[in-house]
Amino acid sequence: MNKDVILQVKGVSKSFGGVKAINHVSFDLLKGQILGIIGPNGSGKTTLVNLITGFVKADSGLIFSEGKKLIGLPPYKIAGLGIVRTFQIPRPYHSLSAMKNLVVPLYSSRIVRTIGGKLGDRDTVALDILEEVGFERDAHIPYKHASAFPEGFLKRLELARCLALRPHVIIMDELFSGLSVSEITAMIPIIEKLQMNGMTLIMVEHRVRELFQLAHRVMVMNFGEKIAEDVPDEIIKSEIVKQAYMGVT
Amino acid sequence: MSLPTVAFVLGLLIIPLAVTSMAWQKIIIIACIFAFLALSFDFLAHFVGIVCLGGAFFTGVGGYISGLLNSAFGLPLVITIPIATIGGAVICTLFLLPCLPMRGIYFAIVSLMYPLLFARVIQALNIFGGTDGLPGLATFPNIWVELYLILPLILLLTFGLRRLVNEDFGMVLRAIKDNDQAVKASNINITWFKMKAVFLAAAIGCFSGAYLAHLYGWVGLSLFALDFSIFPIAATVVGGVGTLVGPVIGALILTLFSEMLREFGPLRVVFYSLILAGLVILNTGGLVPYLQRKYHQFERWTEI
Repeated sequence: MNKDVILQVKGVSKSFGGVKAINHVSFDLLKGQILGIIGPNGSGKTTLVNLITGFVKADSGLIFSEGKKLIGLPPYKIAGLGIVRTFQIPRPYHSLSAMKNLVVPLYSSRIVRTIGGKLGDRDTVALDILEEVGFERDAHIPYKHASAFPEGFLKRLELARCLALRPHVIIMDELFSGLSVSEITAMIPIIEKLQMNGMTLIMVEHRVRELFQLAHRVMVMNFGEKIAEDVPDEIIKSEIVKQAYMGVT
Repeated sequence: MSLPTVAFVLGLLIIPLAVTSMAWQKIIIIACIFAFLALSFDFLAHFVGIVCLGGAFFTGVGGYISGLLNSAFGLPLVITIPIATIGGAVICTLFLLPCLPMRGIYFAIVSLMYPLLFARVIQALNIFGGTDGLPGLATFPNIWVELYLILPLILLLTFGLRRLVNEDFGMVLRAIKDNDQAVKASNINITWFKMKAVFLAAAIGCFSGAYLAHLYGWVGLSLFALDFSIFPIAATVVGGVGTLVGPVIGALILTLFSEMLREFGPLRVVFYSLILAGLVILNTGGLVPYLQRKYHQFERWTEI
């Protein structure tokens, strides 16, 4: 196995009743790269994210990360290995302020184990991370309850929750969906910066234009199957992808 | 300390001196027992998202452990009560462990089933004294010990729990209530945290049970009475959900109120139910949130 492969998915399948949500999907994720996953609605993108992060149990297949088998582990243990995810529909803790939302991942055993006593005050660390994803420190936004946030900030909070865990791999499930163009434009530098700092990312997206700017490789899914994987320029040209998306023959 | 806090602390410590008869002092003690259970209910329901109707389960287990240790081994109550609190909480947590992944009403149903089950098991197998219970247990030396053991503990627990839910540990519990999936995705074993919360709530309930056992000098099936499960909810509704002080005040008000209505005989329950129904329908949000709003309105009031 290649040393640079940080996540290896081998022939994973999952059915819900009679529906094959994921059918024999395999791919390798290289360290430091951004892998984009696109596909029409219902093609199994979110299910794939759920399989990798343990929220859904796979029927068959193997998933490895740095020699460790991920299938069968509960979600919190997979997050503990540094493979974290955002949710398509943001899942903030509504009754807590943005800052306190981050106290939860900072309380995790992964952070206690790796940084422990050197972490310092969780509130301060939380503010630092919020600043990283574009919350202004001196504004009163970090102190407001998450229930009062607009979608854009909730998405940033999702990302901040992942960053708080100091992950190796972040899987972003439609981070740009529901955001305005200006909000997306503001998010792109954050993601570029993460990538430059050596983070490995999987981006499940519908915003193809922005994704193709960022991604090193793009994987296309349709009806639970992987139909293509290549560099963005080749994917744009691919006939099979056009067929899946537009229905043209 | 702010004025309301001082008023609450002093009020609670002075009540027993203000009432004249011993009967009323006993009523205050019963109110305190319910205040404990209401605190435990409010903590689990509002800060962990577990609707637990296990009050009767906790008091029953705590009471019986304390009673058995006292009657079988002759241990004094300074030993039996702590053992019953911790040991009972361990037992209750173990029994509730399988249903921890469940949420809302499902957990409530299971936790309500246990007291019924345990009472029937004791009755059917005729163990632990069967239907007669265990009489002749050690009691407290006098009423002042009874009162001033439980009142400071209530204060300690109210403020202790309030601090706990604002600590980082409490944040995790509140996050589990808001969104358990996101907590799972944050490398936190939610079952472990829920277990700790249930243990804490069960310990509070078991203490109440053990205390009751030594208050009456008797344990019986009535320790598993559903009053211990239902009354705390009423107290929480009256006092204000999620305030922790509210349930304590609610329990005091409701107990005193129910005693005052005793003159009406059987009609007591009717009045009682009507008032409770009214409070729920009018959606008052509870006494303490209401007072808090008023206090904050007047606090910044200055004469011009």
